[in-house]
Amino acid sequence: MTIEHGMTAPGRVLVVGASASGLTTVEALRRRGYAGDITVLGDEPHAPYDRPPLSKQVLSGAWEPERATLRTPDVLSQLDAEFVLGDAAIGLDTTTRTVRTASGRELAADAIVIATGVRTRTLPGQEGLRGVHALRGLDDALALKKDLAAGVRLVVVGEGVLGSEIAATTRMLGLDVTLTGPLAAPMTLQVGPMVSALLAELHTEHGVRLRLGAGAAALTRADGRVTGVELTTGEHLPAEVVVVAIGAAPATEWLADSGLRLDNGVVCDSRCRAAEGIFAVGDVARFHHERFDCLMRLENRTNATEQAIAVAGAILGEDRPYVPVPYFWTDQFDAKLQIQGRVTPDAEVVEGDVTARRFVARYTSDGVVTGVLGWNMPKQTRLRRQEVVDALRPPVAPIH
Amino acid sequence: MKVVIDEEKCVAAGQCVAAAADVFDQREEDGVVVLLNENPPTELADDVRNAAAVCPALAIHIKE
Repeated sequence: MTIEHGMTAPGRVLVVGASASGLTTVEALRRRGYAGDITVLGDEPHAPYDRPPLSKQVLSGAWEPERATLRTPDVLSQLDAEFVLGDAAIGLDTTTRTVRTASGRELAADAIVIATGVRTRTLPGQEGLRGVHALRGLDDALALKKDLAAGVRLVVVGEGVLGSEIAATTRMLGLDVTLTGPLAAPMTLQVGPMVSALLAELHTEHGVRLRLGAGAAALTRADGRVTGVELTTGEHLPAEVVVVAIGAAPATEWLADSGLRLDNGVVCDSRCRAAEGIFAVGDVARFHHERFDCLMRLENRTNATEQAIAVAGAILGEDRPYVPVPYFWTDQFDAKLQIQGRVTPDAEVVEGDVTARRFVARYTSDGVVTGVLGWNMPKQTRLRRQEVVDALRPPVAPIH
Repeated sequence: MKVVIDEEKCVAAGQCVAAAADVFDQREEDGVVVLLNENPPTELADDVRNAAAVCPALAIHIKE
């Protein structure tokens, strides 16, 4: 038992969202000895599943979809939590801590955890147009996979992490793939100019056609089916299948009347608390990072887990700030990239060799280390993470 | 406690090493998890459970 002395654990916890961060919150509560009632509300009918494999192993067919399931039914039932699935939250009363659902349920709790994640952004005219896909959930991945018949021309709109991964995965399936987006190279925002230029080379070598530096102006259509993408330059990219991966927005519509502060996510303090007894976790949470001294929202898998563990602690009365080193990874062709901390335009290679496609780069801002990136050097990158951690430490008071 | 790892699922994040360095390491060449001790002593049990919890690929399984 690690429940702090003198703290009263809430009698009932409601977790809104049944994905990685929601599930991990429940597991962390139980691991620390919380014995009260827990309800998990999820809008999808599926038991909790993992998202990173969707754009890689599930899309490529290397994994059966079941392999992306986060826990077996056995392990889930041992959590002794009630899972209410296939029902979406539509409103929150912060005074009575009650959540209303689409089917008319009213779920009240002493502590509520908001873990509703994000929704993909769409292009005008995308809804209902056949051949156009987004990729957020398991059903999306399977629908896209089904549309990828041999010989189709695929255009991926969006040069971020997801778009770049989808381009790599589908190209390895042998499809004709074009990647387009407004920035000059794949993942420029996430890895900076030096590494994104290397990613552009990698994609080109593997036969992905890059049409970067131009936004998508419109989806073209005939008979209710997409026929391609028109760019702002006027160029038309013909396609039978289009994937729109232009980012995501926090799923907070259901909180519009709640009185919670919503600004690119549910705004929280450094304890991930949005209001008394109300917490936010995962992609939807915009928390105050005390070391960076800014509001931060992280859409990555490790944050879903680490923040969930922090939120479970906060629910049980711990008073400790959540101060993560942001971390994400991506696999594209034979490249495994690992990114720790924050990326700046100032990158220098500190280990390995760029031409051998095996190196670690360090990012700095005004001489202070802010992040490290590894390209096929995971262990060495993790070891250098310490440099980011050290730079994040609060200054030590001078000894007089 | 017995620890089982799934090398194929491992994404080489190294979170497990950060959580329990006496039990986990990573291969030099590709960062995939190396299990140093499949029957860790009781005093490391909490760290190992934490390592399994923070693994982003669910590649660590524990049999208590």
